[in-house]
Amino acid sequence: MFPTCRMVILGAALAALTLPPAARAQTLRVGASAPVTSIDPHYHTYSPNVSLDAHIYEPLVDMDAASRPIPRLALSWKLVDNTVWEFHLRPGVKFHNGEDFTAADVAYTIDRIPRVKNSPGSYAIYTKAISSVEVVDPHTIRLHTKQVYPLLPIDLTQVYIIPHTLGADPATEDFNSGKDAIGTGPFRFVSYKSGDRIEMDRNDNYWGPKPDWQHVSYRMIPNDAARTAALLSGDVDFIEAVPTTDVARLSHDKKLHLAETVSLRIIFLWLDHRGMTPHVTGPNGEKLDHNPLTDLRVRQALSMAINRNAIVDRIMQGAAIPSGQFLPKGSFSYVPGLNPPAYDPAKARQLLAAAGYPKGFRIELDGPNDRYVNDGKIIQAVGQMWSRIGVQTAVNAITWPSFIGQANKGAFSAFLLGWGTSSGEASNPLRSLIATRTPAKGWGAVNRGFYSNPKVDELLTTALATADDAAREKLLQQATTLAMDDVAFIPLHNQKNIWAMRAGLTYAARADETSRAQEVHPAK
Amino acid sequence: MSGMAEIAPAAPETPLQRFVRDFTSNRLAVGALVVVLLIALAAIFAPWITPQNPYDLAQLDIMDGRLPPGASSAAGMTYWLGTDDQGRDMLSGIIYGLRISLIVGIGSALIAGVVGSTLGLVAAYAGGRVETAIMRLVDLQLSFPAILVALMILAFLGKGIGNVMIALVLVEWARYARTARGAALVERRREYIEAAECLALPRWRVLFRHLLPNCLPPLIVIGTIQIARAITLEATLSFLGLGVPITEPSLGLLIANGYQYMLSGQYWISFYPGLALLLTIMAINLVGDQLRDVLNPRQQR
Amino acid sequence: MTAWLLRRLVQAAFVVLAMTVILFIGLHVIGNPIDILISPEADQADRARAIAALGLDQPLWRQYALFLWGMLHGDLGRSFVFHEPALQLIGERLPATLELAVSAVLLAIVIGIPLGLYAGLYPNSLLGRSAMAGSILGFSLPTFWVGLMLIMLFAVRLGWLPSTGRGQTALLFGIRWSFLTRDGLAHLAMPAFNLALGNIALVLRLVRSGVRETLPLDYVRFARAKGLRPARVVGVHVMKNIMIPVVTVLGLEFGGTIAFSVVTESIFAWPGMGKLIIDSINVLDRPVIVAYLMIIVLMFVAINLVVDLLYTFLDPRVRLEDRG
Repeated sequence: MFPTCRMVILGAALAALTLPPAARAQTLRVGASAPVTSIDPHYHTYSPNVSLDAHIYEPLVDMDAASRPIPRLALSWKLVDNTVWEFHLRPGVKFHNGEDFTAADVAYTIDRIPRVKNSPGSYAIYTKAISSVEVVDPHTIRLHTKQVYPLLPIDLTQVYIIPHTLGADPATEDFNSGKDAIGTGPFRFVSYKSGDRIEMDRNDNYWGPKPDWQHVSYRMIPNDAARTAALLSGDVDFIEAVPTTDVARLSHDKKLHLAETVSLRIIFLWLDHRGMTPHVTGPNGEKLDHNPLTDLRVRQALSMAINRNAIVDRIMQGAAIPSGQFLPKGSFSYVPGLNPPAYDPAKARQLLAAAGYPKGFRIELDGPNDRYVNDGKIIQAVGQMWSRIGVQTAVNAITWPSFIGQANKGAFSAFLLGWGTSSGEASNPLRSLIATRTPAKGWGAVNRGFYSNPKVDELLTTALATADDAAREKLLQQATTLAMDDVAFIPLHNQKNIWAMRAGLTYAARADETSRAQEVHPAK
Repeated sequence: MSGMAEIAPAAPETPLQRFVRDFTSNRLAVGALVVVLLIALAAIFAPWITPQNPYDLAQLDIMDGRLPPGASSAAGMTYWLGTDDQGRDMLSGIIYGLRISLIVGIGSALIAGVVGSTLGLVAAYAGGRVETAIMRLVDLQLSFPAILVALMILAFLGKGIGNVMIALVLVEWARYARTARGAALVERRREYIEAAECLALPRWRVLFRHLLPNCLPPLIVIGTIQIARAITLEATLSFLGLGVPITEPSLGLLIANGYQYMLSGQYWISFYPGLALLLTIMAINLVGDQLRDVLNPRQQR
Repeated sequence: MTAWLLRRLVQAAFVVLAMTVILFIGLHVIGNPIDILISPEADQADRARAIAALGLDQPLWRQYALFLWGMLHGDLGRSFVFHEPALQLIGERLPATLELAVSAVLLAIVIGIPLGLYAGLYPNSLLGRSAMAGSILGFSLPTFWVGLMLIMLFAVRLGWLPSTGRGQTALLFGIRWSFLTRDGLAHLAMPAFNLALGNIALVLRLVRSGVRETLPLDYVRFARAKGLRPARVVGVHVMKNIMIPVVTVLGLEFGGTIAFSVVTESIFAWPGMGKLIIDSINVLDRPVIVAYLMIIVLMFVAINLVVDLLYTFLDPRVRLEDRG
């Protein structure tokens, strides 16, 4: 296996032949972890697409590395009335086709989004709060909402602006072919090979700081081992989503550099809160006439039985932090002091006995095995831990398509899921995950544990109508604390986002998991 | 292709003796047969010879995860081949994994063999529309690539050893049918069948008592090779995430799990199961190869 | 001949129809692609809208009828994920897979035939024996395992070859190919070899056993007795006889090779159809899955046709009518 000297020299010579040295210095080759499905920034709400779009297009409001809103195409924004947001736009910005960026483009973009054809995940979820658009002057725009809607600037971080000169309803195909792939971003689109790569060139007329790279080759390498191998062999300069299994080795490699930050993605276990649940039986497999998971003490016991530090250390290899709430420290509406329960199997047994299950019960723990980092391994580890407090756990990991279909139908009793809070604040998970299922309001849309707590709902209602940031944060913190004390679900950990790159590069790791070539710099 | 019955009379030994002598003429094949037998014994007696039940979550501890070969657990047990990320003893895992691989391989080959050969024999013997119908079905089956069919079937059925076997049987039966029909067509024209038919023996009796035994040699060869194929296919499917459940890993799944640790130097998690898989398949293939040489009369001339 | 061709085509059409029905029902049972595709932040109304946008709110029979109607007009539907016509999507990926599969088959011929000839002519020589042992190894090695080992060795340890992807391409007949550039060839080497491994072993063994069966036959003995040069005996008389099984098996295996490239493509991140189908199954992208399998079946039918025609060419004793 070990190369002799001559082989190394030969290898280096061959490697050098494949790319001319000049191109190499100016080109950044990115290894992305998931395939981009479209160049149309309004076609599919899918994080790999958003990650790529940030090179070519720009939103009014952007997120900084810690997922706090910062100005991008808008210089500033404020509430001029309870239901009217006013945005002042950045002057002197030009699209890749040379046209000026103005308020007309913003109005055009907001108008187009709900009409994109066949969208499997429409961006309208980020614009539906807007009831009307008022262009005040070329660099001022007012967005009216039906009700007080404090989250609008955050929703708009997902809305990438395209020029209104593209005409009525440009087709998604024309973005993929490059004809309409026109934005204001730091790179301009060159070519897109579906499932393989996207090539981009620097936008030399960019209004902001110029990227260090003349050319970006954005390659899609979904296979974890292949992506790491591509970095090790020098095929790419920069990879995202470094597999946790390779972190230790890569961090010791002097030719490489790693960047990491805590993600907004939390991994948690849902417990079924319905009166009857499909996969819980008595200790000898007998049917139960009720669902033990509706007892708070049982939920507390199950949470307490989990050694989160062991999972983080052994399964995640340090690439996560144990968590007791939706968001990591430093986020808006993070609750200081709300930590996960300490690992205490003895107390967990006591709680189970107190709840009337001295001999435990049988449960099936389900989860995907191809969706989240180490998902299948995590549920096996939890299965070990639950078995030790007398809850005999059958672990069942299946592929995501069949898993999520069954989860939506309520076919599970306990199951693993993840949630990436793209808004960076707690109203988003509270509304989607925790609030009582109310289709009319769009609440509890993915409340797959059928949790319902009127007090939480009430606090959330008030919070969403509160424009004042400090007051709203407080309400969200109260709602979070209530839900967590009630063990609405069992939080496990927040993942860490890890990038690896060749030595001599730096990257400010982003909490939102996106990879941006313009933020990769040669080390000074 | 002629049966052995025809060759045997000239020799003073029985067909079985001759078969044994022919088979043992290749020392490599004998070695392979010994390996196959050892693996089979280990798999059968797995619960009694392994230090741990690798499928019982309560016996595993992630704190013992990814220990190198020779390391000891907190409880004082030695992991001779190391542990995987769940703290599963690799030696126990491999032996249990072999068990699953063999069950899946032999089970699917047997079922597919019985179903396929019966259909093939019936086709050859009945002729006419029955034959056309069966053989069209065979062509249809063979016109789909095995891996894709198995992929789709498992996508529909979900994971599980039983489902993997169903998928493999559906993928494999057609080869037996084709082989059985081919062999039977040759045998049918022989005198002994004509004689049996003249005696007005029942059809099923002619089919299974006279035709089948003489078509067996090529079927045995195919069967051996198919066992190896089935084991490989199961490993590949598990590697793609569609095979057996993760709490009961087969060799393919053990390799897939360890595959992520290769680059970080924890080679043992996928190296040893890989070695075990390779050894098993090679041994079966070697035995099958020798069987082919021994049972193929054309090369004996 | 015409009747035979016609019958074959009708059969193929029937197979394709049966397959599409099974796929429609099966995929419907597995789940709803919207569950996988939609943003988790979408609410119930968004979800209903997205389902309607893809036409998945219609009853299944209606969706199937619409599909058939489209098929009659040469339209197999648009991918749920990419919003591009499924055929176009597959068409874009087809050359990459074909290139890989053809390279693998060529490798199998270039390596397998000479080794097989040698092993057949000199079965007891060291090389002959090692070739045979090696062929069993070739059969036994799981593709995914070998793929990873190749990457470990040649890309990571030695750094000779690029680990993944397709590399630079050049235009020929309006299609981009890797084998025309040095960089592309370097990218092609490992996946092609990985995919060829089983075929090399297969060809080697076929040729060897063919040679061993042919050598004792009367016409070869006669040719030898006539004093023909050994090279000619082997090159013409023996080769002619063993080419039939080799052509048949390679032809049939070509389809299998294309299908099996699923594994190779996902390990080497080769942007071909195999990777597309795995991704499509993962998101239940029905139009792509259906179109892909239709293409594969038609390809198999075409390959079988060609093999049968070649058969008659190589061995005039075989009559098409006999082969139904």
